[in-house]
Amino acid sequence: MVEFMLPANSRPTKGKSHPAAPGATRIKKFHVYRYDPDLGEKPRIDTFGVDLDSCGPMVLDALIKIKNEIDSTLTFRRSCREGVCGSCAFNVDGTNTLACTKAIDDIKGEVKVYPLPHMPVIKDLVPDLSIPYAQYQSIKPWLQADTPAHERERLQAPEERAMLDGLWECILCFCCQTSCPSYWWNGDRYLGPAVLLQSYRWIADSRDEAAGERLDELDDPFRLYRCHTIMNCTNTCPKGLNPGQAIGKIKEDLFKRR
Amino acid sequence: MQHRSALDKVRHLGSTHSGAEHWWSERLTAIALVPLSLWFVYSAIGLTGADLAEFKAWIGLYGNPVLLILFIFCMFHHGHLGVQVVIEDYVHNEQVKFLAIISTKFVAVLFGTASAFAVLQLTFRI
Repeated sequence: MVEFMLPANSRPTKGKSHPAAPGATRIKKFHVYRYDPDLGEKPRIDTFGVDLDSCGPMVLDALIKIKNEIDSTLTFRRSCREGVCGSCAFNVDGTNTLACTKAIDDIKGEVKVYPLPHMPVIKDLVPDLSIPYAQYQSIKPWLQADTPAHERERLQAPEERAMLDGLWECILCFCCQTSCPSYWWNGDRYLGPAVLLQSYRWIADSRDEAAGERLDELDDPFRLYRCHTIMNCTNTCPKGLNPGQAIGKIKEDLFKRR
Repeated sequence: MQHRSALDKVRHLGSTHSGAEHWWSERLTAIALVPLSLWFVYSAIGLTGADLAEFKAWIGLYGNPVLLILFIFCMFHHGHLGVQVVIEDYVHNEQVKFLAIISTKFVAVLFGTASAFAVLQLTFRI
């Protein structure tokens, strides 16, 4: 649903301020979204002064430093710290991205770290992604083929394999999904850029025999055609992929089979 | 309290298998409107300051009423398809949404028919 203002109880208030330790020379301020469901309070923005001389280069390094040294209650998802797991997706400096691959030096001024937009917040920077995960499940993201594999594996020519480039790299961080205004307003019915890119990954796979059924399921005014080529998805993708183009190719396939 | 699973919510009532048709109609009318709009603007500029008699003379020329009716059809068809998408995007109250979509279609058909009728009247009534 379109909302121009956050609901009253979701508007963040000014939170606590944690200045950097005395003696710090290169201080960067981090404004971090905090919400604790157990407190029964509105979310707040806490400010942390981080000494960059004793901090790693990425935004995730700063968040881990804050959690280790300043406030251990700060809650966020992270795992691989090298941009392959997709856990540490936040809205950093106004853009959805992976905190582990976003360099602090690339951000001018003070750093704002918020959860992915327009998702229910479980705690601090942890959004509830159960709907996007269910949407991913709904597109049957596995190889479907009736022909039995005749040798040890299903063969694919190098050109056929190349069709998957720009698709297989998606790590399902949902940066694109939650950057899409169409997904904000109709996320309950629109599958969103990440899930549609994943769906096209299987439609484009030469070994998969269910492209027709997959297209049948996508041929829907809400599931697919809520995409109005806004292209926030492509602009924000931390892996440099192009979900907008993948959605365009699904529309093209639906047109071709008419 | 709802106990439906996330997957059930996402699958909802299933796919309509019909989105492509709407999308293609919108594109098709958009393509048609490119030359038709250019022709319409060119003609409208040419008719600046024309009185009714001159206008009737212009509309009587073979081709002009045909193109004008095509322009009217494509414009209202394209317009109502586009407005429907905007309503679906932003209106989430089911009753209001259906009322708005139905009204849009009726208004488009009404104005489209009235405009086409006006063209025919100007063409055939001496």
